[in-house]
Amino acid sequence: MRYLPKSPADRELMLREIGVHSIDEFFQTIPEEYRLNRDLNVPRQMAESEIIDYFRERSQENAAGYAVFLGAGAYHHYRPVIIDALVQRGEFLTSYTPYQAEISQGTLQAIFEFQTMICELTGMDIANASMYDGSTGAAEAILMAMRVTGRAHSVIARTVHPEYREVIHTYLHHRGMPMTFVGYDHASGEVSLSELEKAVTDETACVLIQSPNFFGSIEEVAAVAEIAHRKGALLVVSIAEALSLGIVKPPAEADIVSLEAQSFGVPLGFGGPYDGVLAAKEKYVRQMPGRLVGETKDKNGKRGYVLTLSTREQHIRREKATSNICTNQALVALMSTIYMNVYGREGLKDLATQNLAKAHYAATQFGKKATVLFPKAKRFNEFVVQTTEDPHAASDRLLEKKIIGGFGLKKFYPELGHAALWCCTEMNTREQIDTAVQAVQA
Amino acid sequence: MIRKVSQHVNQNEGLIFEKSSPGKKAYRLPPLDVPEVDPEKLLGDQTRQDLGLMPEVSEIEIIRHFTRLSTWNYAIDLGMYPLGSCTMKYNARVNEFVARLEGLGNSHPYQPEKISQGALRIIKTLSECLCEITGMDTITLQPAAGAHGEFTGILLIRAYHESRGNPRKKIIIPDSAHGTNPATAAICGYEIINLKSNSQGMVDASLLASIVDESVAGMMLTNPSTIGVFEKEIHRIADVLHNKGALLYMDGANMNALVGKTRPGDFGVDVMHLNLHKTFSTPHGGGGPGSGPVACKKILERFLPTPVLTTRTDGKLGFDYNRPQSIGRVRAFYGNFGMFVRALAYIFANGPDGLRQTTEDAVLNANYIRKKLEGIYELPYKTGSMHEVVFSDRLQTQNGVKTGDIAKRLVDYGFHPYTTSFPLIVPGALMIEPTESESKEELDLFIDAMKSIAQEVQDDPQLVISAPHNTRVARMDETSAARKPVLRWRPEPSAQTTASPKPELVETR
Repeated sequence: MRYLPKSPADRELMLREIGVHSIDEFFQTIPEEYRLNRDLNVPRQMAESEIIDYFRERSQENAAGYAVFLGAGAYHHYRPVIIDALVQRGEFLTSYTPYQAEISQGTLQAIFEFQTMICELTGMDIANASMYDGSTGAAEAILMAMRVTGRAHSVIARTVHPEYREVIHTYLHHRGMPMTFVGYDHASGEVSLSELEKAVTDETACVLIQSPNFFGSIEEVAAVAEIAHRKGALLVVSIAEALSLGIVKPPAEADIVSLEAQSFGVPLGFGGPYDGVLAAKEKYVRQMPGRLVGETKDKNGKRGYVLTLSTREQHIRREKATSNICTNQALVALMSTIYMNVYGREGLKDLATQNLAKAHYAATQFGKKATVLFPKAKRFNEFVVQTTEDPHAASDRLLEKKIIGGFGLKKFYPELGHAALWCCTEMNTREQIDTAVQAVQA
Repeated sequence: MIRKVSQHVNQNEGLIFEKSSPGKKAYRLPPLDVPEVDPEKLLGDQTRQDLGLMPEVSEIEIIRHFTRLSTWNYAIDLGMYPLGSCTMKYNARVNEFVARLEGLGNSHPYQPEKISQGALRIIKTLSECLCEITGMDTITLQPAAGAHGEFTGILLIRAYHESRGNPRKKIIIPDSAHGTNPATAAICGYEIINLKSNSQGMVDASLLASIVDESVAGMMLTNPSTIGVFEKEIHRIADVLHNKGALLYMDGANMNALVGKTRPGDFGVDVMHLNLHKTFSTPHGGGGPGSGPVACKKILERFLPTPVLTTRTDGKLGFDYNRPQSIGRVRAFYGNFGMFVRALAYIFANGPDGLRQTTEDAVLNANYIRKKLEGIYELPYKTGSMHEVVFSDRLQTQNGVKTGDIAKRLVDYGFHPYTTSFPLIVPGALMIEPTESESKEELDLFIDAMKSIAQEVQDDPQLVISAPHNTRVARMDETSAARKPVLRWRPEPSAQTTASPKPELVETR
């Protein structure tokens, strides 16, 4: 087996030095009736070339070379090649969690830079070293708000990503923590402020909204914050499309921001791994789940970085920890850090503005043939198109032209009829947009 | 004598923000092929005015910055990583290559099923392999990491009991368990019963029998245990639980000791998680991403997270969302798919013979270290070791040197430290897991280093206590890091002029 660095003679020698006759002696502690005395029924050992052939075939059975108009929590943006060149350096790829600060300064400093940039972009004071993804991050943010407020009720906008809401439901319902789901305004697609006003009570730990929300509408964060804060609840803002922060005002009125940073240089990868991250006001730092990197000095006064405030975490606090989370998404967060450096202060704005222009053009074109819902919405790069025919029919016509159309909303929002959520990024050309519009029937 | 490493020059490097200067760029966008827009017109008061301290740097600076940072990390690619319970094995590069193939790396999770058959086939094949390896009936690949898998598994147990009328109240956890176990049981709403290990560091089945009753939902057990010993009474443990209607959860962190030699499903486990980033070689990446599939018996299948993979009548694969008894979703989309590709590539590279040989080599390596270091370091539990061996620092504390000091001194010898101070049942633990990826030569270097440090403890304990001596930075002041946390960079007041944030952003800090 080519990954194993021992010759048969090495093994013999080692067994002899240990003083046993055969390797089986080490497995004697397994009761005999449970020992596996046959080969596992898995595919036979393959050569590297065969492995590549296998996955090439699978890759070809998947969409490759299609134009994509899907967003809905996973965004198709250009990934500069230096990202993969750098994250595949063995020192990043094959290093462990940086508990041993003296030999992990590379990962630690990169995370410190990541935390700083996330703070800058979100308008928060602190950010953690990443969560699994945006959905679990949103759930953890709600639990964090419950610890801060000592309350158990949460109010969640229906315009939060439906799968995020499902994950939150899983995290909360078995512990009997009540959730109220709040509808949306049909003119703007934004969370209904009047419904929200009614739903938030003195028992409410937090209000969760997403902005831009699942329909692509940018929420009036300040107005929502006021409603939440009036009753002593926190405001949690989930952001699924991180690039929006290049041109949309940050949700500075929020108490906690749960960001999915996939847009920043992370491949679509059929849904993962992505990188969530929580950012918050400084006063909530001790209730923050997940790893945090802090700056300090070594004993000679040299600047360096360490994992810090670990008394919040499971390996110290066990059942009293803020979360059971252990693993983060360090390598994926590194992709995002590199990406944020490549585009930086001007590029994120330029790129976000291109997205805005593409989506605006597409929405305008679609509007000539079909109904673009939520006319009063301010949008970033997503919008909802309502048609008279089932969007699946248009989708099939588009697939023939190697275009993947919008995301059908019937499953999650049946009240919208034949509606689909479309996303346009810098990757979508005018030609693709025109072809897509043509395929959609009024 | 330090044989493995010698000192060499490495580059100093500041924070990227300290290199930033207005007008530097590392990007160029293609020309816009649609009409330009005025953001203010579209977004009004929602328009962002400024991106504050986001860096402005060139491409060569980014490459140098991260390359320099990378050289400050230890990594498997540099040498042995004897971290007990972490299974730091070789991360094959073909895994990285195949995960980046266009149709896999760039596929959207919501693209239609008919153009996702390749991805679905990978999920199905990996699921089948992992069920065969664990001896379980069914599996979900959705959990994003080991602790997330634990969460999923305990919710399955909860849903099972609820379907029988009562979720029950307690989860039993041995005192040797990893911290995620009690943390998981707590977030799933369970009270934790701490089970004291017996004199061999194992589960005391009789003691267990005396505390299991109808209020116990299940037990979370790591097997082999965190001292690297197979729980030989495993089936009795399972029987004791099952007799009272409780279920057995296995933490699969130590599965690298079992693959191809025995199967949890055969020895009474009802539900378990695997860490693809341990046993199945997906890279740790400095802390993640992980992936924590949960395998279980038939009785728990209907509670698995939605969606589950299904084969349609026409033979095509798809997702089934209609699962009324499911615990619900634990993550958006389908889990860390990129890790599934890598894990499956690892299984293909091994085959049944390679997987078995891998387990045998991992166990051989741990026992070789045990043999060579026993007596030099105290071995608190004498029971046969599997993939890891746990010593204690009792002999060294006589000279005032603790496990953490020895670990730091190892760094000077060119090794990553072993796991210190865990498991909690061994005071001053040195927990060593070499994995199968180490050659005899590397093991001998490690053993020599450990022996040499033990000698230093005798001759010059201060040398060890003040280690490491050869790293870029010395031991860090963790106390002040925690007391006055500095969790983000801010410019020195005098530097404000070069990157002055707009008032809108200042208010929020």
